Amino acid sequence: MLADKDRIFTNLYGLHDWRLAGARARGAWDNTKAILDKGPDAIVEEMKKSGLRGRGGAGFPTGLKWSFMPKQVGDRPHYLVVNADESEPGTCKDRDILRHDPHLLVEGCLVAGFAMRAHAAYIYVRGEFYNEAQHLIEAVREAREAGLLGNNACGSGWKFEVYVHRGAGAYICGEETALIESLEGKKGMPRLKPPFPAGAGLYGCPSTVNNVESIAVAPTILRRGATWFAGFGRPNNTGTKLFCISGHVNKPCNVEEEMSIPLKELIECHAGGVRGGWDNLLAVIPGGSSTPLLPKSICDTVLMDFDALKEQQSGLGTAAVIVMDKSTDIIKAIARLAYFYKHESCGQCTPCREGTGWMWRVMERMVMGNARIEEIDTLYDVTKQVEGHTICALADGAAWPVQGLIRHFRPLMEERIRMRTEKLAAE
Amino acid sequence: MPIVKIDGKEIEVPAGITILQACELAGVEIPRFCYHERLSIAGNCRMCLVEVKPGPPKPQASCAMPVADKQEIITNSAVVKKARNGVMEFLLINHPLDCPICDQGGECDLQDQAMAYGFDRSRYHENKRAVPDKELGPLVKTSMNRCIQCTRCVRFAAEVAGVEELGATGRGEGMEITTYVQHALTTELSGNLVDICPVGALTSKPYAYEARPWEMRKTESVDVFDALGSAIRVDVRGNVVMRVLPRLNDDVNEEWISDKTRHAIDGLRYQRLDRPYVRKGGKLAEATWDEAFAAIAAKLNGLDGKKIAAIAGDQCDAESMVALKDLMAALGSPNVDCRQDGSKLEAGARGGYIFNAGIRGIDQADAILLVGSNPRLESPVLNARIRKRYLRGRCAIASIGAPVDLTYPVERLGAGAATLRDLAEGKGSFAEKWKAAKNPLVIVGPGALAREDGAAVLALARSLATVRDDWNGFAVLHTAASRVGGLDLGLVPGAGGRDVAAIQAGAQGKEIEAVFLLAADELDLSKFGKAFVVYIGHHGDAGAHRADVILPGAAYTEKPGTYVNMEGRVQLGQRAAYPPGDAREDWAILRALSERLGKTLPYDTLDQVRARLIAVNKSFAALDTQAPGLWVEFGKAGDVTDAPFETPIKNFYMTDPISRASRTMAECMASRQQQMPVAAE
Amino acid sequence: MAMITADPQDVPKVESFSFTPESMAKVNALIANYPPGRQASAVIGVLDLAQRQQGWLPRVAMDEVARILEMAPIRVYEIATFYTMFQLKPKGRYLLQVCTTTPCWLRGSDHVMKACQEAADGVTFSVQEVECLGACVNAPVVQINDDFYEDLDAASTRRVLDAFRRGETPAPGPQVNRQTSAPEGGPLTLKGE
Repeated sequence: MLADKDRIFTNLYGLHDWRLAGARARGAWDNTKAILDKGPDAIVEEMKKSGLRGRGGAGFPTGLKWSFMPKQVGDRPHYLVVNADESEPGTCKDRDILRHDPHLLVEGCLVAGFAMRAHAAYIYVRGEFYNEAQHLIEAVREAREAGLLGNNACGSGWKFEVYVHRGAGAYICGEETALIESLEGKKGMPRLKPPFPAGAGLYGCPSTVNNVESIAVAPTILRRGATWFAGFGRPNNTGTKLFCISGHVNKPCNVEEEMSIPLKELIECHAGGVRGGWDNLLAVIPGGSSTPLLPKSICDTVLMDFDALKEQQSGLGTAAVIVMDKSTDIIKAIARLAYFYKHESCGQCTPCREGTGWMWRVMERMVMGNARIEEIDTLYDVTKQVEGHTICALADGAAWPVQGLIRHFRPLMEERIRMRTEKLAAE
Repeated sequence: MPIVKIDGKEIEVPAGITILQACELAGVEIPRFCYHERLSIAGNCRMCLVEVKPGPPKPQASCAMPVADKQEIITNSAVVKKARNGVMEFLLINHPLDCPICDQGGECDLQDQAMAYGFDRSRYHENKRAVPDKELGPLVKTSMNRCIQCTRCVRFAAEVAGVEELGATGRGEGMEITTYVQHALTTELSGNLVDICPVGALTSKPYAYEARPWEMRKTESVDVFDALGSAIRVDVRGNVVMRVLPRLNDDVNEEWISDKTRHAIDGLRYQRLDRPYVRKGGKLAEATWDEAFAAIAAKLNGLDGKKIAAIAGDQCDAESMVALKDLMAALGSPNVDCRQDGSKLEAGARGGYIFNAGIRGIDQADAILLVGSNPRLESPVLNARIRKRYLRGRCAIASIGAPVDLTYPVERLGAGAATLRDLAEGKGSFAEKWKAAKNPLVIVGPGALAREDGAAVLALARSLATVRDDWNGFAVLHTAASRVGGLDLGLVPGAGGRDVAAIQAGAQGKEIEAVFLLAADELDLSKFGKAFVVYIGHHGDAGAHRADVILPGAAYTEKPGTYVNMEGRVQLGQRAAYPPGDAREDWAILRALSERLGKTLPYDTLDQVRARLIAVNKSFAALDTQAPGLWVEFGKAGDVTDAPFETPIKNFYMTDPISRASRTMAECMASRQQQMPVAAE
Repeated sequence: MAMITADPQDVPKVESFSFTPESMAKVNALIANYPPGRQASAVIGVLDLAQRQQGWLPRVAMDEVARILEMAPIRVYEIATFYTMFQLKPKGRYLLQVCTTTPCWLRGSDHVMKACQEAADGVTFSVQEVECLGACVNAPVVQINDDFYEDLDAASTRRVLDAFRRGETPAPGPQVNRQTSAPEGGPLTLKGE
């Protein structure tokens, strides 16, 4: 188990003061100027060395992403945009950062923004997190008042402002270009790429969009050193990570753990184990709703990191572990996710707009067994027609859970169809 | 220039174009729905997916991706085929497939592409989505179940028409195209929505269930409802004009036409003059051609030519105008005018009355000054071109005239000629921008010229024009399709002759006793005193009501005719249908009348008339070309008044005999007035 | 299941809308968060303020937002119908947004939903099914106006709703013995000072 001293989010559960005084007592804002004094390039290098991969789901190396920003500021200002539109089913880690450790995020904004030569950061908080946004707004106000932000942030001579922007209920705004559109006052519809945000993002200016957790861990990494951070987890999967464990466990919770922790250990050590014991486990969705589920056989041994889960045709995603025990109607569980994606599709790309509804409707029939066996193949084919054919990855996220279900639970689906057919025949 | 490999074939293409455009150059067809070359790129239909190497492993939207050197593009792989199949299937699952009762049938992109790229059956067993239809006014019929959410219409409204009133509400499969408030768009270009819609979601309301495309004879022609000379196609079934569609002409109308051009055509069916009439005992009575000619001959016999006058209307073809001019000359009359609005434009110096820069010149202008012009009403498609220029940026646009919404921001300098004078004297901040501009374009509208000080305004505007070998920034915006042709032919008073005002003044006394109105209706007909009026035209409008003899002519769709648009482009209109009843082509009427009057005009065939056109002005020899006119002195320096410039077009939907007879135009007018009671004043 | 209502015809007619001076100050503060000329960025926030003032979003309110932010009204309608938090019809005093997405469903959101539906009268309580609220380790969750009520079951849901009905404001957060997102019964980590 990760030692408390190696945890970055030391007020994860909100046991302590989330305000500036409390945050300072826990080490936040400790000589931030010294970090900034290293200069943007050194900060980016250190972040690259830490091996931090984006915590929002895609796992793109954070330092590398920062390095895509132009090295010189032209006539267009640079922007840091923080994605706090946490909406991936299973995921509720950023919420704890926003409400219990907002200063880690605000300080992270300054450090990251400085490294990408931005003078402003916008934090896009999902609209439902009203109280969380109030904490963040207050933290920004405190930081400004204390001179940690403003015209001479932390005495560095660098002007930096942080603005909190609230959303209004749209999962798609977690996609970086949709988030930018929404921030500009439009519908959250993903943009075509290229151009990429680092070239033309918010207001057409060079921008970088990062997840809350990616930004919030940056000051600690820079303070304690890339080597410290890289010492956790396996190569290419380094660091500590917030895990959310929900569903059929005895004690659902959030916890910061070492990357590459075995899934079984994570569940048993922190979440009180699977309801009814490990052998009562049916399947786990390991990284938020978009990642294909894993049957128990894989869960026995799999490690919780990017590469290990990719090997199992799933993904770490947001590290949101959804546990399902043997009482679960897993077809229904996935059908409900299919509905989620149908509901959240922005509607611009044909395959997603039409395909998510199609998949959901067929899934609803699969729940009842009201289908023909061949329709499982049709459904799989539809997921393949959806996947990879759209502007953004929402459609992929809609297709994968269904694919995972068919991959691992096809016999169950067939059995349900057969049972219904037999029942009808008997009547 | 980048060299790309498309399906194994190397081709060099211009830098900066998209993969889709490169494929078109290579002759490789890429299916698409949302992409339209004149709209911003949405990339949402996903029909144009291709494989691109190097690049991400998934297929890319070719409409949005720029070409790069050494790129390999694959459009015929299994991956691409699968992607297209998939998109096609998705588009059809919620589509009603009601082609047999859909007006788009036979000219539907969805139908065509489903044939080429789709499956032959559906695997979708769920209920189809039902989308409520929307109210979009008298011209656009909606059938929203058919909508494929390509958003072309939304982009057209916002970008080309410049009215942000159409949007896509909701999201996901609940996304709906709507105005949300259920009203007609406040644009004069809404008919183009129907063309731009790739499916049958937006169809023509007046044309609903009227005809199938394959039943109609298609004739390529030229529009006469304004002076732009838009390229049109006239579709006729039997002898009835069923619809008018735009043709592509990048130099003129690109691929847009105004709602009047498209939808005033039902006016061709009503109020038609289909036989001659002669006034007897104060009442117009049906007559034979012979009786009508006899009545005219009786009046003109022995009458001094100076007491005869002729006025040509706004939609006349050049052939009829030259015949009128020649007949007047033969009768000894110098009293000829084609400027029924009283404009002070002069014949002769062509540079003084055409849109010298050409419509294309708008694209090159870097400063535009509108003088007494409301192009949105006077030529909506030209206005859209100015808007397009505005959207590209770095072009200062100012106006002198009434404050109006032109769909793009305009710096309003003042109301009338005095402001123009100040500007000409270099006063005001806009004068600086004007001087700094490389290609300034001064557009002088009818509202600046049809007034007492018109000649002085013309001279002032001339002084603001920049004229070089490669640029003539003086442009007259005409509203009448016939006007430039008339000026080219010299239909202005000869030595000692009278213009329109003087003809009317003369008619009050005894100086003018006979007046020929060649489809001239935009006049105050009460001002012709006791004069004997011969009306040659196609509609029972103002002129015919005042006439003593009516000679029934042909409307623009019913005769081959030459028209010169405002930029001086000579274009041929074609006959798409025959004039009704006893009506005849106008030049032939004049030719027949001349014989009866003993002044036989020297041409018997259309070719001979056209030869005569060229003899009068050699600019008629060059079809479909545009060049700046002869640049000499014109206008007359003088005092100008403070009276504000006013556009002659009070009601866009009713400007001429055809549109006044159109029920569709009446509906448009009513719809617009209902919507904008304030703006209507 | 919740469907976005585009183009609502069956809503009460509201003749006019204007922001109160207090709301207007907030509107201006929001606009100031964005660069000059980018006031449209504030549209979500300003619509939210209008909704907080009016209780829901009638068309006149959207038109007023469009006017203030110099946007075409249709662009505001698009936004109000795209984001699910905007209420295009009047609702009760307490809006019960019940999450039924898989993590909540796995832990019994069906029972919570039933309890909420039983209480919904359209005046005190309106109920709405919503997608993942982002509090999955505290499932099932109901958002009541701005607050999250977590770790619910049918009984505790009824308890909370009864308290609201009595005019009380029950403490938001977990309705079982736990500290926020820590495991029930007490944190296993971060226990030291």
